[in-house]
Amino acid sequence: MRESSQPLAGLRQRIARLAATGGPESRPAEGWLATGHGAFDAAFGGGLMVGRCHEFFAADALDGASAAAFAALLALRTPGQTPLLWLRTVDAGRRTGHIYAPGIAELGGDPGRLLLIETADPKMLLACANDAVRCAGSAAVIVESWGKFPLLDLTAGRRLTLGARDAGTTLLMLRLNAAPTPSVAETRWNIVAAPSHALAADAPGAPAFDLELLRWRGGPAGTHWRLDWDKDEQAFRDTALSGAVLPLAARRAIHPLGAEAA
Amino acid sequence: MPLADARARVPELVIVPFDPVLDQAWLDRLAQGCTRYTPLVALDAPDGLILDITGCTHLFDGEAGLIDDIDSRLTRLGMTLRHALGPTADAARALARYQMLPAPDEASAIRRLPVAALELEAEAATALVRAGLKTIGDLAARPTANIAARFGADAATALRRLLGDAPSPLDPRTTPPPVVAERRFAEPVASMPHATQILTELVGEAIADLGERGKGGRHFRATFFRSDGLARSIAVETGHPTRDNGLVMRLFAERMDALRDPLDPGFGFDMMRLAVPRLEPLAATQLKLEGGAVRAATEGAAMAELVDRLATRIGRGGVRKFAAADTHIPEQAQLALPAIDAPPPTPWPVPEPGEPPLRPFYLFDPPQVIEVIAEVPDGPPHRFRWRRATHAIRRYEGPERIASEWWRRKDNAGLTRDYYRVEDDRGRRYWLFRHGLYDEKPDPRWYIHGLFA
Repeated sequence: MRESSQPLAGLRQRIARLAATGGPESRPAEGWLATGHGAFDAAFGGGLMVGRCHEFFAADALDGASAAAFAALLALRTPGQTPLLWLRTVDAGRRTGHIYAPGIAELGGDPGRLLLIETADPKMLLACANDAVRCAGSAAVIVESWGKFPLLDLTAGRRLTLGARDAGTTLLMLRLNAAPTPSVAETRWNIVAAPSHALAADAPGAPAFDLELLRWRGGPAGTHWRLDWDKDEQAFRDTALSGAVLPLAARRAIHPLGAEAA
Repeated sequence: MPLADARARVPELVIVPFDPVLDQAWLDRLAQGCTRYTPLVALDAPDGLILDITGCTHLFDGEAGLIDDIDSRLTRLGMTLRHALGPTADAARALARYQMLPAPDEASAIRRLPVAALELEAEAATALVRAGLKTIGDLAARPTANIAARFGADAATALRRLLGDAPSPLDPRTTPPPVVAERRFAEPVASMPHATQILTELVGEAIADLGERGKGGRHFRATFFRSDGLARSIAVETGHPTRDNGLVMRLFAERMDALRDPLDPGFGFDMMRLAVPRLEPLAATQLKLEGGAVRAATEGAAMAELVDRLATRIGRGGVRKFAAADTHIPEQAQLALPAIDAPPPTPWPVPEPGEPPLRPFYLFDPPQVIEVIAEVPDGPPHRFRWRRATHAIRRYEGPERIASEWWRRKDNAGLTRDYYRVEDDRGRRYWLFRHGLYDEKPDPRWYIHGLFA
């Protein structure tokens, strides 16, 4: 027993040392990806932490565009010309649609910052993501996946997270058409499209997002947020007059044309 | 002879379907293998190769040695070879294909060739033979003007090229690269680690050459010549000119790992060559006195290297950047260009302040067909069915009418699209369009073209 207890004692000492220094987890973040929404950012100490992994789930495939746009806008809000790396598989274009640069320009982002990386299969996606997060100098790395992603187990997720932490890059995992599963992410969100605030003539308004915080390593989860994207200010805002949508719907049922309701 | 007859006569006949594409690929591989003799190798489809061996023969102890080498290698590959040397490409080609009688020297050999060697059209060839002109020599004795008048200008040109009076330029398969480093081995190298080591040395030599010229390489191509006569090339590209030995070797390692059909030394490589076909100016880096570059590697350099590495692994089309295109047709308004070519940034249209986004975040290309309930002829959609689910539309804006680019079409036709931005009862926003007006088409179809945030 004496032989085996020697390494055991060594390991205990190492654990004690790690615990004393706080361990690698306690390394402070170098910044935040802020939304520009005061209350939201304040709740998380400044926004989503840089150098960590954040997961955005769109449980329903139809909300994929909302989740993707939220992640992209969060990254493209950062000043400067640092590229935004977007990794997806080649079949994603057929499933959820191709990323449309003029649409990003319409949202106020700069599509020239986007670097699109399309891989043949999820295995290569994970391999490329590992390289991408280890490369400093990106606004964020968005990894878009569809459905259950069995290759992204806890080990693979941990590897990605460690890579992001060491290089100081932010990893935004976009999980479309997937149910939330345990992972090592700093925050985990479920994003659903919210009814927009109608414009004149009952036209659909600015993008609106319903966010549900499913998990947060730094505090309590379960909060709900409803944010609008204000492209002129390049910031997320409270949904203006969010209650106004219900009466409109009731009136619309009577007058199906709806144009005169506004 | 019909196939059934041939089979009856020779029961053990092996029958292989004719595949011109495979033949072409094989000829190309042979041509690549022949670049060990000279960089100027031209294809003479479907079954010939023309090598410009000017100034290359001394490496093989003269012309005879070179021909022996080619003969032995190609015979080992199961090829039957006819070869000839000539003062011009056309003469050598004609001698290899049409020579029947031996001749004391090249000039008389060409004169003894049959007129078929001119490869004229059947009509002209028959006319020549009927006129009693059976060999090139017969024809060469006549005045060219008469030949051109009677048998066409083509006959005169072909004759002059054959005799060497007119130039017969060679169209080489690849142009010789500006920087080349190569190594030949007395004993074939059969292990991949050893070959990689030699490749590292070759990269070092090529980069030293690049440094002297003040250039950096954008494209590096390593060719491994197997002792059986075949060769295999592996190329890597970088987004910026480089003279970084380590970077190039990392890219080569990445490329070799990603090969679906791994590099097989077989009985060994007896020659390796590293070519740098694409150079760009690259100033020398100032070094500090205590060592290390003055300008440390920036984050931009790390990102460029990432692009190179990923493009090497998943193909140059896998890593792309967006550029704007000047058109109203939505699916053509963006170009996704390989990031490794470093496309210049293009200006994007500035959105109108205060307006919601008018273009979707995700675009379907091609658009997907949906079933729509809408007023005829010009009404907005009320309800649509897409991917087996029905969506009730609560809000809409439209139509935004986008005409087809009739000025690009010959018939000046094309269907107009009426786009609607719609929001369904759960707050999801879609981009729908009707393809064609009711005046243009009896029953225009509806499509979903994109998803808004």
